[in-house]
Amino acid sequence: MANTTTPTMARSFLQVAATEEVAPPLRAVQIEGLVVLKIIKHCKELSPSLVTGQLLGLDVGSVLEVTNCFPFPIREEDEEIEAEGANYQLEMMRCLREVNVDNNTVGWYQSMLFGCFQTVELIETFMNYQENIKRCVCIIYDPSRANQGVLALKALKLSDSFMDLYRSNNFTGEKLREKNLSWVDIFEEIPIKVSNSALISAFMTELEDDTPVTQCDYDRLQLSTSPYLERNVEFLIECMDDLSIEQQKFQYYYRNLSRQQAQQQAWLQKRRSENMSRKAAGEEPLPEEDPSNPVFKPIPEPSRLDSFLITNQIANYCNQINGYVTDLKDRLISYPGFWAELQPIIFDEGLA
Amino acid sequence: MAASEQKTVLQFPPSFSSTLSAKVHPLVIFNICDCYVRRPDQAERVIGTLLGSVLPDGTVDIRNSYAVPHNESSGQVALDIDYHHNLLLSHQKVNPKEVIVGWYSTGLGVTGGSALIHEFYSREVPNPIHLTVDTGFRNGEGTIKAYVSVNLSLGDRPLAAQFQEVPLDLRMVEAERIGFDVLKSTMVDKIPSDLEGMEISMQRLLALIDDVYKYVDDVVEGHTAPDNNIGRFISDTVASLPKLSPPAFDKLVNDNVQDHLLLLYLSSITRTQLSLAEKLNTAAQIL
Repeated sequence: MANTTTPTMARSFLQVAATEEVAPPLRAVQIEGLVVLKIIKHCKELSPSLVTGQLLGLDVGSVLEVTNCFPFPIREEDEEIEAEGANYQLEMMRCLREVNVDNNTVGWYQSMLFGCFQTVELIETFMNYQENIKRCVCIIYDPSRANQGVLALKALKLSDSFMDLYRSNNFTGEKLREKNLSWVDIFEEIPIKVSNSALISAFMTELEDDTPVTQCDYDRLQLSTSPYLERNVEFLIECMDDLSIEQQKFQYYYRNLSRQQAQQQAWLQKRRSENMSRKAAGEEPLPEEDPSNPVFKPIPEPSRLDSFLITNQIANYCNQINGYVTDLKDRLISYPGFWAELQPIIFDEGLA
Repeated sequence: MAASEQKTVLQFPPSFSSTLSAKVHPLVIFNICDCYVRRPDQAERVIGTLLGSVLPDGTVDIRNSYAVPHNESSGQVALDIDYHHNLLLSHQKVNPKEVIVGWYSTGLGVTGGSALIHEFYSREVPNPIHLTVDTGFRNGEGTIKAYVSVNLSLGDRPLAAQFQEVPLDLRMVEAERIGFDVLKSTMVDKIPSDLEGMEISMQRLLALIDDVYKYVDDVVEGHTAPDNNIGRFISDTVASLPKLSPPAFDKLVNDNVQDHLLLLYLSSITRTQLSLAEKLNTAAQIL
């Protein structure tokens, strides 16, 4: 019969329009080999200055695909050049559209040296992007680690709870405890996958050097470590200084707060005793609160954002040092074994 | 009257192309392949500009490229010149050192239309390089060739332009070499971590040393003909190892390891201190 509808019929149009689509959480970022090469090239050419660029691609379900990118020219801090920067961006996007490149902005990339990327500017840029695009990601590349044979590419995203908090611009201890947010929750790292079209992998397989000698990447096996480690520890020390300054700010605030509270109590006592005497005299009791009294002015609590960022940086440096040193330790431990095996071959057989 | 016969000679200009060679960065190949995959349906091939620089010894270093939309019909080629100039300006804003060094097209061999395009590019740059990338794999392999155009003239009249091949070198920078394994396959699930990369490098090194060892053995036993050059090379390499007695070497290594362990300890302490400090900072105020 025409009017028996099964309960699993499609929902009416109104129902569908009313339900908001919940985007699946971002699980991975899929980058094309082309983009990786472009980022490496751009960051390396203009290092040591920091460079940025735009990422283009598609947002597919729980995977964000990055299919192309273009670099930004280095901008001076000048108002007129701001417009030029926007023009450049529009021009590039238009030109790329003509050659059928995906035209959606999905984020931006930037280079950073030695892992110090946790700055307020990064967060602000993220917020700017988030207003226009539903899902954006920031890719960080560290060109200094390429000398050690590591591809240091990271995809970052601000966590949602942090973004809400940032919008309300309220970083007091209370709010943070409420949301159960600690400094680890500010940035979320997303795993990266690299994909290539079949044509390119065919070409690359073919163009691979046939001689195994050149295939070996000796950079990785280097034992000299001091410069990198020294810089890391230097930055760590600087950050510690910054952190201690921030902590002193907090201590100062708490001291002021407790002093103010003591003052408030004293004033309140005085008021109460005054009221008592007034009641005895039969007069109207004075209010127990006096908002115009400077004693009651609430002292603003310093924002914890800076200290969080600094803590993040320190943690990052520590992690880097940790990782690097463990790596090195493994190398050093394996080398004597290596050397022990080689020695009889080389020295005893009279080759040297 | 003795009419002196003017002999017209087919002149080949002195071939300077024997010293010219080109170096290509793999990024350019990637770009070209990507543009080819994205080309509009009716186009058979993709044409674009090559950017780079000319090194002091005359080699052309090709570092970047971008595609230019074009239309090809029988005998006629139309190139979007405005687009070409716009993109060139945009690229130069980022890296002013990159200039036009030539152009590329996909497909094997040089066609008639290519000569016209080459003429256009030679108006922009004195001696453009023409790169062909065979995306059709017609010879059973992907051939990449570079050409330079040489004018053939008969007496005073220009006759034709001959495309002469130029040696091509695919150059890869260290940073790119690291990611090469990543770039080779169609899908990699995660970027290889330091430890895995190091393992691979060590294995390769071990394999190389094994090969050399086998070679030396073979020569000593007479299976292979000895080659003096290789022998000298091996002895040079081995002599470059520092002569350290085992105890001295052990001490060196141990000291180094201890220094690093100390650093490890320090950074772990810092991390624990951080989590403690953070807990204290956001702890409830008991007043």
